[in-house]
Parts: sequence; structure tokens; C-alpha cells
Amino acid sequence: MSKKLLLANDHIPGINTLEVYRQHGGYKALEKALKSMKPDDIVEEVKKSGLRGRGGAGFPTGMKWSFLAKPEGVPRYLVCNADESEPGTFKDRYLMERIPHLLIEGMIVSSYALGANTSYIYVRGEYFYIIKILQKAIKEAYAAGLLGKNILGSGYDLDLYVQPGGGAYICGEETALLESLEGKRGNPRIKPPFPAVAGLWGCPTVVNNVETIAAVVPIVNISGDEYAKIGIGKSTGTKLISASGHINKPGVYEIELGVPVEEFIYSDEYCGGIRNGKKLKAVVAGGSSVPILPTELILKTAKGEPRLMSYESLGDGGFATGTMLGSGGFIVMDEDTSVVKNLFTFARFYHHESCGQCSPCREGTGWMEKILQKFIDGKATMSDIDLLWDVQSKIEGKTICPLGEAAAWPVAAAIRHFRHEFEEYVNRPESIHDVKHYFRLNNIEEA
Amino acid sequence: MTTTEIQFSQEAQQKVQEILNQYPKEKSKSALLPLLHLAQAEFDGWLSVPVMDYVASILKIQPIEVYEVASFYTMFNLQPVGKYLIEVCQTSSCWMCGAEDIVRYLEQKLGVPTGEISADGMFQVKTVECLGSCGTAPMFQIGDQYYENLTFEKIDAILEELKQENKRSRYC
Repeated sequence: MSKKLLLANDHIPGINTLEVYRQHGGYKALEKALKSMKPDDIVEEVKKSGLRGRGGAGFPTGMKWSFLAKPEGVPRYLVCNADESEPGTFKDRYLMERIPHLLIEGMIVSSYALGANTSYIYVRGEYFYIIKILQKAIKEAYAAGLLGKNILGSGYDLDLYVQPGGGAYICGEETALLESLEGKRGNPRIKPPFPAVAGLWGCPTVVNNVETIAAVVPIVNISGDEYAKIGIGKSTGTKLISASGHINKPGVYEIELGVPVEEFIYSDEYCGGIRNGKKLKAVVAGGSSVPILPTELILKTAKGEPRLMSYESLGDGGFATGTMLGSGGFIVMDEDTSVVKNLFTFARFYHHESCGQCSPCREGTGWMEKILQKFIDGKATMSDIDLLWDVQSKIEGKTICPLGEAAAWPVAAAIRHFRHEFEEYVNRPESIHDVKHYFRLNNIEEA
Repeated sequence: MTTTEIQFSQEAQQKVQEILNQYPKEKSKSALLPLLHLAQAEFDGWLSVPVMDYVASILKIQPIEVYEVASFYTMFNLQPVGKYLIEVCQTSSCWMCGAEDIVRYLEQKLGVPTGEISADGMFQVKTVECLGSCGTAPMFQIGDQYYENLTFEKIDAILEELKQENKRSRYC
């Protein structure tokens, strides 16, 4: 069994309540932090742990924390990014639904470490039932003296609030999230200044993903050094993976970083292999933004080494033959899946979600969707493949925020590894049939 | 209805106060998104111009500051909607697991194309982008509820139950 630090108790009935959470060691990290650690000690432990941002970018959390400006008399804020919207990703939702107090404990410990007295959890609006779960758990925490004034007699005060989003992927970008939290359109800000200097209402702010903040709890409990021993190389600790698509056991799995991809897909402990005895065709390993890889490159690196679930191994080979761990949104496609059609759903997504601020992204995402629509309709020509390549290449690096890259990378990777499939759409449009997966999966005769 | 005739219920007004208490006093504009959700829940599931003007008056901001935000976020409806707005996820994993068949089935069953409100005003199907339910695809959302691992049989049962219930779906 893989080591579990976040979801070890997720199956226990009532673990969503304060009482049961405490019975299983909950809020021990908070007691330890407030009673025996200075704020900077916690920052130091997080640095030692090697924890990297679990939202997708993988930036070292301790370093991000150490950038926080601390001018006299100016409030600081911790904002939790629970705007989980990257297609293929649903781990934060699972964590908040099952063990809301783990996030709340992480928020209190992290806020203490950063010297914040007011913190917010920004949750995507569609997760409304999650918002209710969090609000209930926060109420319990206030009643037990874990939030509010003088927490556990330490003299430390913290107010914690939940803020709903309005249904915008872009608000997962931290400066867009802050704009949204200020009651504005979710347009990303030009950086610098970074939020660590001028964030929420112009004050120094740290924005961290749900899983990142939750991971601070075990780090405080077992120490940064012990946490760093888990995992492989610079990919320390555990990671929540959202597994979906054509697999026998879709769901959220906590893995120790370094598990072989092949084991993750085929082992009964995780995905349990491909549905209906089909063969694997391709995987999008880290959420819709990361490059798709065909079977031979997702299971092994170009050098022939087994590919591992870690930041380094998934990135091995760069974008030519590798991909990224990203948010851990692991989308598995069987041999019957149209890579072109799946890409079309991504392109439609990014076009819908572009905030419209930068022309390359606003216009480019629309062009990519339209060109891919031509393929789907059987009306594309060979030059459309080159046009598609050309459009994606003109977005990357030319926008304020990384949504541009996120939209361009999947297009580039699909053409790089599956050009033959685009050509097939051009050469034999009559062979295109939109596979009716539902009927196939449920063994229903087509009408 | 004009703005002067629009008012939150007692319960909602109390909620407005709770929401405003979450921010520093001079930063009450931060309450805009929560208030728009509340307004949408209070006033038939969509935001008319007078309703948005009402929200602007509560926050003491210009109406344009509300319009530009309401029109940016997918969840705010600027047109009337069916009593039950069925939002079907169509991105990647949901597509792979049959989202298009779910949409076709709903269209057949309800007798209206996607986007239109059924003749009795009860239902409206809308396709939406990833709702974070990829491991339980295909799925749709109605109000604050997720319906997952959908099959045609499940959909039949869900629609039947909603017809019986006949209450407006709401996020708030």
C-alpha cells in the first residue's frame, strides 16, 4: 500500500465532523504549531519538506511563503485556491467533501505561519454543496475555539471565510482569483507586482491550492525532514491524482510520488486497467493543459526507462517526448477514442474560458476551436493541420497569464504525436463516426 | 418590475449582512459575487437589469460595475431560465463517457433543443464546461446538486422526481 498522509482516514464514517476528525488525530498539528512553534519555524519546516504547489505549477511552497512582504501595520492574507476547474481534476472537491477539517486545520496553521488574521477559501461557484460543507465545518471550528479570538489560548486570532466564484476557469489563476474576490471580472493582473507584495486589496497575500494547504498539516505533524523522505528526488511527499476516462476504477487516489505510471494504470490498487478489456491509446497526465502522450511514451520515457508519477519523470524529454504532472488530472483514453475530438472539447473549453484580455488568447482559442470543428465535420484540408499548428505557436508566451499556454500546449502535443489521425480526418472524412461511447459502455443496441 | 419594487426577503437580507461582515468595511464590493448568487436564487433564477441595479444600490456601486461582472461569469443568467436548469458537462472525460448521448436523450425526452425552455416552463438543457466530476462521468448539475454516473434510466427517474417536486432549483 502506498503511503497516505491526506486521505488515510477518508473512509471513516463521520470524518467530516469535528468530533471524529479529532478522534483520529485532527487538530494535533494546530496544537503543536500554536504551542511549540514560532511562525517562522513552520515556514522553515515547509521549506525543508520540499512541498511544491499542488494546483499545477509545482512551485516550491516554502519559497512562495518566504517572498511574503511584511510591512508594519499592513494586514496580510492567506487565500486558498479552491477554484478547481482544470478539466480532469476533481481531487480538491473530494478532499473538501470528505475531510473539510483537514483543509481548515491547514488554513489555520498556514495563516499563523504567515501572520494572517483573516483568510479566505475561494471555492468555484458550481461546488455549492461543498461551500455548505465548509461553512458547517468552519462553524464547528469557531464553536470549539479553533477559529476566532485567542485560538487555543495562544493569543493568535483568525477569521476564516468561504467565498463563492461565479463559474470561471480563469479564476484559478491567482491574480484573477484575487480580482474576483474583490468583486470584479476575473482578469489576471500584470506581474510584477506579485501577490506576495500586492495581492488582495493591495496587501501582501499568499494564494495556495487546497491540497497544498492540507499538506502543511502532515508536514507539521511529522516534520519537514520526514516528509521529504517520502516520494522520489525533488518530488517529495504524496499527491492526489484524479483518475478518469476509460478505466475500471475512476476516482481520487493518493499516491506516493514515484509510483510507475504503468502500475498506476493497471494495478487494482489504483485505476484497475482499461475498461471492457480495451487497449490503452493515450493519457493526458496532469489536467487538460498538459501535453497528451501516446501509450509508448506515457509508460516509458524516450530513453526506455519506466515513466514514474513524479514532476521530473513525467517531464522527462521536455515537450518533445514528455509531459507534466500538472494538477494530477489523469485522463485515460482507450483505443477507440478520437484524439482529435477530445482535443476539440479542450479547444471549446479554452475558447469559452479565455477572459478576453489578450488578443492572442482571445482570438487564438476561437480560431483553434473553429479549425478543429472543421475536422470534426469532415471539411478540413491538409493545410488546416499546419494552420492549427501556426495558430497555437502564436499564443504561447504572448499573454498576461498562462491560459494561453494551457490552450496551446494540448493542440501542439496532439499534432506532434497524432498527426496521422488529423490526416485521416482529412483523407477519409466518410470514415469519421462519432463513437457512441454510452451505447458501447452499456452494451445498448443503437437505435 | 422596477428597482424600487425589488427587495430581498427578510431571510436574504440577513444573509446580506452576514456576507458583508466577511470583508473590511471599505471593501464591501467583494460581496458582489455572493450577492449575485443570492439575487439569482431570490428572483427566479436569473438577473434582470432592475435586480442588478438593486444589488448595485446595496453595495453603493455603479450599476455598470454589476453588469460587467454578471456578464463575465458563466453561472449568472442574464435571461429567464427554466424552473430546472439542467447543466450537462461536455468536456473531455464527460464527452468520452457519453455526454453527447445524454444531451440527445434529454432533448428527445423533453422535446426541446438545448438552450430552449420546455413549453411548461419546467426544464431547460444547457451544455457547460468541466464541472469537476470527471471520475463520475457522465454527469449534469441541477441547482446545487450534482447527478453523476448517469444512465438513461437514472435520467428518467430524476426527471420524474423533479416533476413531482416542482420547486425552483437554486444554488444558494
